Amino acid sequence: MAQPIISVERLGKRYRLRHQAVPYATLRESLAATARRWVAGHAPPQTTEDFWALKDVSFAVQQGEVTGVIGRNGAGKSTLLKILSRITEPTTGRIRLGGRVASLLEVGTGFHPELTGRENIFLNGAILGMTKAEIRKKFDEIVAFAEVDQFLDTPVKHYSSGMYVRLAFAVAAHLEPEILIVDEVLAVGDAEFQQKCIRKMKDVAGHGRTVLFVSHNMMAIRRLCTHGVLLSHGAVAACGDIASIVDTYLEGCQQDAGRASQSFAGGESRPHPAFSRFEIVNAAGEARSTVLTGEPFSVVLGVHNPFDTPVAATIGIEVLDGEGVSLFTTHNDDASRELSMLPPGPSMATCLFDPNPLMPGTYTFQLGMVDRQWTRQDVVVPEVALRVDQVPYVADHMSSRRPGRLFVKLNWSLSGPSVVRA
Amino acid sequence: MSSDGQRHVEELVIEAGRSDAHYWRDLWRYRDLFMFLAWRDLLVRFKQTVFGVLWAVLRPLITMTIFVVIFSRVAGLPSGGVPYPILVLGGMLPWQFFASALSEASNSLVANANLITKVYFPRIILPASSLIVALVDFTITLCMMAMVMAWYGYLPPARIVLLPLFVALALVAALGPGLIATALNVKYRDFRFVIPFIIQFGLYVSPVGFKSSVIEDRLGPAARLVYSLNPMVGVIDGFRWCIGVEQDLHLQALVLSVATSLALLWLGVRFFRGTERDFADVI
Repeated sequence: MAQPIISVERLGKRYRLRHQAVPYATLRESLAATARRWVAGHAPPQTTEDFWALKDVSFAVQQGEVTGVIGRNGAGKSTLLKILSRITEPTTGRIRLGGRVASLLEVGTGFHPELTGRENIFLNGAILGMTKAEIRKKFDEIVAFAEVDQFLDTPVKHYSSGMYVRLAFAVAAHLEPEILIVDEVLAVGDAEFQQKCIRKMKDVAGHGRTVLFVSHNMMAIRRLCTHGVLLSHGAVAACGDIASIVDTYLEGCQQDAGRASQSFAGGESRPHPAFSRFEIVNAAGEARSTVLTGEPFSVVLGVHNPFDTPVAATIGIEVLDGEGVSLFTTHNDDASRELSMLPPGPSMATCLFDPNPLMPGTYTFQLGMVDRQWTRQDVVVPEVALRVDQVPYVADHMSSRRPGRLFVKLNWSLSGPSVVRA
Repeated sequence: MSSDGQRHVEELVIEAGRSDAHYWRDLWRYRDLFMFLAWRDLLVRFKQTVFGVLWAVLRPLITMTIFVVIFSRVAGLPSGGVPYPILVLGGMLPWQFFASALSEASNSLVANANLITKVYFPRIILPASSLIVALVDFTITLCMMAMVMAWYGYLPPARIVLLPLFVALALVAALGPGLIATALNVKYRDFRFVIPFIIQFGLYVSPVGFKSSVIEDRLGPAARLVYSLNPMVGVIDGFRWCIGVEQDLHLQALVLSVATSLALLWLGVRFFRGTERDFADVI
């Protein structure tokens, strides 16, 4: 067996959690604490807790493999990618990488809204590790892939969200590293463009390059990956052929159905607007993770704006079926032309799913928040799944035997010369 | 791997404390990023504000006017035959260059937090490239000074060609404290309130409104040497000497200033490197 191109050996990453409600240490507090120590002569009780985001993680990836890294929120996927991308250092263990690494943890990192498309291509390319000469060489290809040639000299703040994402992905897609690390970038962009991205990434892999791909979209993972690593609570739970890994993951999700709400730790302490809570509430106002077909329900989101002033933010909820196929996405400003403004501090966003279009089955949600420039503020995948059960007493109405994924109530009429009017 | 199984691939090992090994080599590899970040900062600056360029000229101009009025009319300080505005500019331009370089550098990490949490590159590129903006501003004000000289019909001596040396010294003097400040800024978010105060304080302990020789005249030669521990003393004296405001260069004092600057730079790089590995986790 050849030497693996990525080998991860007993990797661990420890974070120190300080049990204090302050997001950032301030100099003033540090000085005050030091002063107190001197005066009191002993150290005040400061509780810190070690949190191992990753513990004893080992796996290997062969050259040319496309490996999907899956797991729940907080399973350690992002930490793993950050260590692999050298953004943060591991606490224990080691990784050997047999080639140049490029990582794409976010679409459009470093894009500046005031700069034009052309300028951002160069800037973003350099940030992703390309040299000026490489970017020049690839420039035309990038522009063609992104389909933005008419708007090259327009500041990207005037771009539509679709154009923005296309341009950003195009730059990243033209990196030529031996190892490409991609995090959840397919979560953005329209379906057509997502397909294009998947094709491009397959193409990249086809050229003998190695791809490590993180996503919550099981469809994309299945289509793209050959191998999988399932992380759970910072450790490798399973590792091997992608189909079996995805099945193991989905089984785990099913078992967890039953909880109806989830709080996101740290939502209040982020320097940008973030989600703090997710809850499913039925028509009677009770927290429920199970509803009947046709029964309206609400998704209640706790949101936190850390600034002193209202900020523009669009909140979106994406509904995915049990396989991870995206069914639809709803935005809080869909029905209005006004900017949606988030008041300072905590607030609550409620989305009423009425009519409830979901067929019997299990559904998951993905929450996203973007600012005016369509820059991602927060993306969260709640672990809570919604189960939709068939209404028991209606024989065939909305049964799982009806083809299609959604139940849409439309207005019908029947006309003809001899229609009997009731 | 088949036929190319034997090809030489550079292997990268990621381990706790391992980043040091590649640091300086990576710094060279990412030189394009350095230029692009500086280019971005300049582009954005001049795009966002209509007064971008104008502001760079107006700020020193206004301060200069105030200095001239207060010190020459009110305080009546001697200027030794050189037009007073040129004497003041000789101190103020390098000071303002230093002040803006220091504040740009100290904001650089927090301002680019989104990059730090998403991509790897030697972080020192950020504060270093932010100095370029200050350098460009400085070039603009230099042109302004040239115009003031022309207005007064003042011809600087030939040694003005040595000016870039002192500009470099000012950069070194700003980068050292800048590195410390920007790293502290990541950890302690209220540190940014301290920086303007430091700069304000620095203005009064640097020979901006007077000549360094005043210290020697009033307090003796030893005091002047102690005074020269302030790196900006060397920069400003050197700058004035280059444009002919000062006739002699106090070499001992200059050596002291250079030594302090280098020591601060060394300290800054050490401190920065020591805290750098945690930036992505705490920013």
